[in-house]
Formats: sequence, structure tokens, C-alpha cells
Amino acid sequence: MRETFTQVTYVIASILFILGLRSLTKPDTARRGMHYAALGMLLAIIGTLVQHEIVRYDWIAGGLIVGTIIGIPLGTKVPMTAMPQRIAISHMFGALAATLVGVAEYWLYGEKLGTVKMAAVGFEVLFGALTITGSFMAFGKLQEIITGRAVTYKGQNAVNITLFGVTVAMFIYLIFYPGNAVVFYTMIGLALLIGVFMVLPIGGADMPVVISLLNSYAGLASAATGFAIGNNVLIIAGALDGASGFILSIVMSKAMNRSFQNVIFGAFGAAPTVSAKTVSGLSVRSISAEDAAIQLAYAKLVIVVPGYGMAVAQAQHQVRELAELIEKKGGEVKYAIHPVAGRMPGHMNVLLAEANVPYDRLYDMEEINGDFERADVALVIGANDVVNPAARNDKSSPIFGMPILNADKAQNIIVLKRSMNPGFAGIENELFYNDKTSLLFGDAKTSLSKLVAEMKTV
Amino acid sequence: MNVTGFMQLYVFILAAFVGYQIITRVPPLLHTPLMSATNAISAISLVGSLVAAGSDRGPVSTWLGVIAVTAATINVVGGFVITDRMLKMFRREPTAPKDALPATSPEAAKAVEGK
Repeated sequence: MRETFTQVTYVIASILFILGLRSLTKPDTARRGMHYAALGMLLAIIGTLVQHEIVRYDWIAGGLIVGTIIGIPLGTKVPMTAMPQRIAISHMFGALAATLVGVAEYWLYGEKLGTVKMAAVGFEVLFGALTITGSFMAFGKLQEIITGRAVTYKGQNAVNITLFGVTVAMFIYLIFYPGNAVVFYTMIGLALLIGVFMVLPIGGADMPVVISLLNSYAGLASAATGFAIGNNVLIIAGALDGASGFILSIVMSKAMNRSFQNVIFGAFGAAPTVSAKTVSGLSVRSISAEDAAIQLAYAKLVIVVPGYGMAVAQAQHQVRELAELIEKKGGEVKYAIHPVAGRMPGHMNVLLAEANVPYDRLYDMEEINGDFERADVALVIGANDVVNPAARNDKSSPIFGMPILNADKAQNIIVLKRSMNPGFAGIENELFYNDKTSLLFGDAKTSLSKLVAEMKTV
Repeated sequence: MNVTGFMQLYVFILAAFVGYQIITRVPPLLHTPLMSATNAISAISLVGSLVAAGSDRGPVSTWLGVIAVTAATINVVGGFVITDRMLKMFRREPTAPKDALPATSPEAAKAVEGK
């Protein structure tokens, strides 16, 4: 009877999870759908707690309470600007849970696991362990505990591939000889190392792909847990998470015109490829906040192109304030969002939504690219590579072929920029030297505040 | 591989297909909430952790289980809370008169606006 109840809660939870994710296809329904998903989770937990297998509740209660105490501030307090690292660390927690369950299974059953279960437990700890350290590294880079730059050394790929090969060999060995505990724990150790080495050579601009990939791995680890302990709701939830991360990784890679392998083994940020186009001799035109404000005040259509610089400066509220002033003067403001702007998928959308920008003003790249031609001003705020025309016309550029926002097609381009340092990819940006471009130097937040002040007097 | 194993494989493959179909339709607008939502959902591994922690199969299983329960609970609680916090922020143009737009979907609204 109790077993039936448990299974029923699992079936309901699975349905609610799928419906919850489906609700995310529309912003209007998303919130309610996720409430259903949370309800599904609660049901599944209750369904599990009443199982015969569970005989003591003291330790469980402790874990649940501590987890809740840590989880609530992670949900309510973390600022939206810190969302990429927040997501990265949550992948770590998810993978940690999956890995530990796998180790517990192995500890209890060892060689009695048999071939099939051993394969599941092996997958679980393999994906889990490399996600634990990989996510932690990603977190460290995003939080700037460790350098955000790509760390590379000679023979790095050879080391990584060897490490990976050895680990896979151990995994295959274990499937046939599950009793060898030394191999099992060594494999976990190596997988932890792989996680570190995998993320080490990846620069900040590639973070969206890595976070998506780790999302996928964390999901697969959960699904493997489901195989290992024979639990379908885990398999379903893990498969959904795995699919989601996988799709996002593909979307992100495509938006950078790069393959998976290239992101993982390419060490983009470190490649000291100097763009063939030398920029010496060209000069940039800087503009005062006053002049920029005048341009904006008389513009009919302004397209804002936000980038990581806006997130760093936490300038999203000033952006909205400026947009409101432009609208008051009779102009229209649209936001052009590049899929890889920022450090994770959807980063810019969340920040602007936080600043109360209505979501129907946020346009994806394909939707907005045709509008730049009739835009009076393209206002580029802390974005660089995503508006670099070299992606379109410079075959020698490392970002050649990457789809970009056509900011250069606008009548005028105002770029808010901290300094003339090249972007994360270390590539010079022709857009800044364009005749139509004027640069407003300074911290994005300060510059925007100045613009707002000037707009009020225009 | 026994029958149960194959049944699990079926479940996995079908769920992955469903996931693929649904998630390709999630607009880029909501990609960050999507990530935190799937993260919260996959913290269902809490279910496995609960069994490891509470089935009294020796101290090692209990301890590993308790840490796993803690980690998974962090994701369940934190994940759903933060997803809701994000989704709450996404709102439409407040001044746009609803009756002026023939269709209410954001795509249609954008199409009208784009003209």
C-alpha cells in the first residue's frame, strides 16, 4: 500500500515537472507552472519519506533543515548580477548529491552491484565528480576568486585527453570487475581532476557554453542515479535536465559559431591570435555625455545593445531610467539581446527584467537585426565581441563567422566603454573606429547617470 | 541486461525526447530561469539521498546520505525560490492597451510593434 502511494507520488511529480518546464515556453504562464513543479517535488519527497526502507528520520531531518537554512538565502538574497556564479554553484550541489549517493551504493554493494548497476553507478560518479569540480571552478572564475582568463600551458590538450582516456578505461574495467574498489575510488579522483582541468583553459566569454554543459552533466548524473537505485522519477528529471543543458550548450556554441570541441579544447580566450587588421593609425572619436544626450533626445528609434560590461557595472537600472527619458521625448527604445551576451544563457534578459524593463522590449538577435538600419542610435553598453563586424568580414579573425548584432548598420553608434582595452576574446573591434561611432568613456553606470542627468536638461 | 534495465532505458529515452521537444520551444528570454528550473527539478536526487540517509545501512551510507540530503535540499529550496523570484520580474509593457493588439502572444505583439 505504502509502496503504491510512493509510486503514485512519483508519477504525479514526473507529470508536474514536465508541465512546469512546458510552462516556461511562455513568460505569462511560467510562474504558475513552476509552482506546480515545486508541488510535484514536495509530493515526491513525502512519497519517499513514507517508504518502508526509511527507518530513521533524525539524520534526514538534520539534512533537510540545514539544506533549507542554506537554500533560502541562496534563493532570496543572491543579486541578479551574481546569477551566473549562483547557477554554477548549484550545479555543484546537485552533482555532489548524485555522486555521494553513488558512492554509498558502491560502499554497500561493491561487486554485488553486477554489470548493469555498476555501469549506472559508474556513470553517476563519473559525471557527478567532474561536475563537482568543474562547476566549482566555473564558480571561482565567475566570482573572480580565480582568474577569469583562460589558463593554458603546453601540452594541455594531451594531458586532458590522456586523463580522460585513463578514466574511461577504468570505468570500462569496473563494469567487468566491479569488485575492485581501488579502481573505483581512483576513478572518482581522476574525474574530479578532469573537472578542474576542463574548466581551467576556458575564458570568461565562453562561460555560457560551460555552464550549459555542466547543467547537462549534472542532469545526466541525476538520471544515472535513477538507474542505479531503480527510480523512474529520477531518470525522468535527470533526462529533462540533461536535455535542457545539452540544448543550451548547442544554442550557445552556435551563437559563437563554434563547435563543442572547439570550446572545450580550443582555449579561445588565451589564443593570442592577433587580428590581421591592424588598427594603428585609426583614431576613435570620443563624445561628451552632453552631446550623446542630445543625440539620444532627438532619436526616433534607439536600440540598446547590453553586454557583460552592463552586468559588471550593475547599470541595468540606469539603462531603464535613460530609456524612459528617451521615450518621454518621443523616441522608441528596443533592446537587442545577443544569445551569448554576458556569462550565461539569458543573462541580459534577467538583468533588464530586474530593472523593470518590460520583456516585450527585449528582442532576440534574429528579430532585431533588421531594425538597426532604421535606428537613429545604437547604444552599445559594455558589449564588444557581439557587435564586432570582424565576425562578418575578417576571415582571419578568431570570431569570424559568429553571428553578430548589426549595430554598425545604425545611423549613429554610441559606445559606452571603460577603456580602449579589447574585449574578453582579446580582439580589436572595428566598430569603435567606424566614422559613425562615438565613444563615451567611463564606467557604464557613471556614464549612464551622466546621460540621464543631461537628458533631463535637454 | 534484465527487463527492468530496459524499461528504465525506455523511460530515459522518452523523457529525453519530451525534454528536447519542450525545451527547444523555450524562448532565449527565459533561458536563465530555465537553467535554474531544471536545476531545481533535477535536485529530485534528494529522493535517492533520503533513502541512503534514512535506511540505516551503516554509518558510511548514513553520513554520505546526510551530506547528499543537505546538498540536494539546498538546490530544491534555493532553486525553486530563485526561479520564482526571476519569473516574477518578467512582465509586459504596462501601458500597452490590451485591446489594441489583436493577438495577445508576445510574438504577435512584437510583430505589430515591428511594423
